[in-house]
Amino acid sequence: MMEVGWWGVLIAVLGGAIRIGTPFLFVSLGECLTEKSGRINLGLEGTLVMGAMTGYAIALHSGSPWLGVLCAGLAGAVLGALHSWLCSFQRVNDIAVGIAMMLFGTGLAFFLGKPYIQPSAPRLPSIDLGGWSNVPQLSAALQINALFLIGIVVAIALGWILKNTSWGLKVRVVGESADAARALGLPIDRIRILSTAQGGFLAGIGGSYLSLYYPFNWSEGLSSGQGLMAVALVIFARWQPLACLWVSLLWGGAAALGPALQSVGITYGYYIFNAIPYIMTLAVMIATCSPRRNLLGAPHELTVTR
Amino acid sequence: MDVPKNLHKALEPFLIIVGSLSVSMVLFGGFVAVAGANPIEVYQTMYRAAFGSSFSWQNTLVRAAPLMLTALCTALPGYLGLIIIGGEGAVVIGGLGAALAALTMPTASPMVVLATMALVGMVTGGIWLAIGGALRHYRAVNETISSLLLNYIAIAVLNHLVTSTFRDPESLNHPSTHHIGEANMIGLIPGTTLHWGLAFGVVACVLAWFLMHRTVFGFASQIAGGNVRAAQIAGLPVGRLILIVCVVAGAAGGLAGMVEVAAIHGRANDTLNANYGYAGILVAFVARNNPLAIMPVAVLLGGIRASSGLLQRAHELPDATVLVMQGIIFLVILFSETLFGRFSKLQKQGVA
Repeated sequence: MMEVGWWGVLIAVLGGAIRIGTPFLFVSLGECLTEKSGRINLGLEGTLVMGAMTGYAIALHSGSPWLGVLCAGLAGAVLGALHSWLCSFQRVNDIAVGIAMMLFGTGLAFFLGKPYIQPSAPRLPSIDLGGWSNVPQLSAALQINALFLIGIVVAIALGWILKNTSWGLKVRVVGESADAARALGLPIDRIRILSTAQGGFLAGIGGSYLSLYYPFNWSEGLSSGQGLMAVALVIFARWQPLACLWVSLLWGGAAALGPALQSVGITYGYYIFNAIPYIMTLAVMIATCSPRRNLLGAPHELTVTR
Repeated sequence: MDVPKNLHKALEPFLIIVGSLSVSMVLFGGFVAVAGANPIEVYQTMYRAAFGSSFSWQNTLVRAAPLMLTALCTALPGYLGLIIIGGEGAVVIGGLGAALAALTMPTASPMVVLATMALVGMVTGGIWLAIGGALRHYRAVNETISSLLLNYIAIAVLNHLVTSTFRDPESLNHPSTHHIGEANMIGLIPGTTLHWGLAFGVVACVLAWFLMHRTVFGFASQIAGGNVRAAQIAGLPVGRLILIVCVVAGAAGGLAGMVEVAAIHGRANDTLNANYGYAGILVAFVARNNPLAIMPVAVLLGGIRASSGLLQRAHELPDATVLVMQGIIFLVILFSETLFGRFSKLQKQGVA
């Protein structure tokens, strides 16, 4: 342990960036897609917890963690569709519905997940990229979960789809100007419901990562607000899917900094380190918002930027 | 002519809220039926657990008290058109401030200590919530997101301080500040097991209603909430209105935190972060931000929460059942927003 010392801190932060950042990556990609269509879904916390529970339960019953991941995504898609369907009625506020969905999703997950607190489900496999190293910390940090790699592919693909395909263009038009979309005859509500459901799908997968890989259990205290912070993370990433990847890693690393410093004997400021992502997001919002113009890079239909 | 018009104005929200609650009860009844319980019996149990005896009433009211205060955190800025969800942070910071204030005055008399605690709790909670309002007005930072972030920062500040500078070395497994002293605790309302927090909640709601509905300040706030441009053209100081309303709203949350410390825990620790802030958002939405309506809604939600234990024992339903019920009520009430102005019968009644 001693000879690794400060390098250990760095390695732990890098490993933590991937390990803790992966669920952030999925929820932020989901939120990014939803917000591109002009809706904000504050309820991804509920979606995440519901995904974690569903993934765990299905993996336990079927013996296949990957089937669990798929079903977690489907559960998330249902919650996302419900959110978006409710919001498609006049005067129904998407922010308020999001808070309600957060309560409803977590409540439902705790209710249905009660029998799954003790048993242990099969774990998602990881890919060992650190076998060449004889430093145990390094090889542990390089145990990469397959979902992280999938997340990278999704981030790149989502950016490409939004930019280059007709579906992506439709989502962006609906998100930038509902009037323009109406003039083009686009089905605004349907596009938003689909985008929010797809966003929920990704957030559900993020939840299954929590229960099926790290921390790898199902309990009511499983999520520490990853879903809630998706909204902030997307603002930080300026609504760019690839930037969501970097920001998720940054946040994962920041969250790993406290425990990593603790391991070398620095315990002061543990909780303050944990709060760094929130402080950074607030600082970015203060720096980039202005009463005279919209938030840079934000879809114009988005209520949070008006 | 005027009377039926006002009647219609009051009747429409009343009918829609009652209708939404009925629909929620039907949906939740279906939910517990699927889960294998008899909905009628479940509702009977909930009623007994929440309002069936004087003991259950007291249990309900104890839970309702902080909700009345935290609901004001969302309801008052709502008059200005802001959606602030930072009640949790105001509770945490107010409770922390109140506890630290009490610890600086070990020799003062209990009345002085309690008054100082309440004052410091309200000021710190008020300032904390006002950060979100100020950022909204001066930097156009969305107040919902910033108040959410501030909740997390508040909890981090609390955890940091109670595990470092202000830690009572004897609080081993549960880092806390030193105890404020038994003599300084708020007592119970005589003849009950209720602490004075309930009285604070009721008084705060009544005062808030008076402020928003019976003063020029409240009238100005409602104008600014309806149309910022019109308010600015009329020369209203919109920024100052936002700041003052947010300070008052945060003060209510801070007071809730102070009560948690001075009436229940005796010290500040992470039990302050008990989700009263988030439940208060629900109360404010159901009450449509009206401080007088907040009181019965808080009692209703307090009752729902109080019934979770008995539901578990009598019907083997998990304690999360009440969370599901809260979620369903919340969703249906928000959906009902779209029904306003759609019932022509109600409209005609109003005009006639």
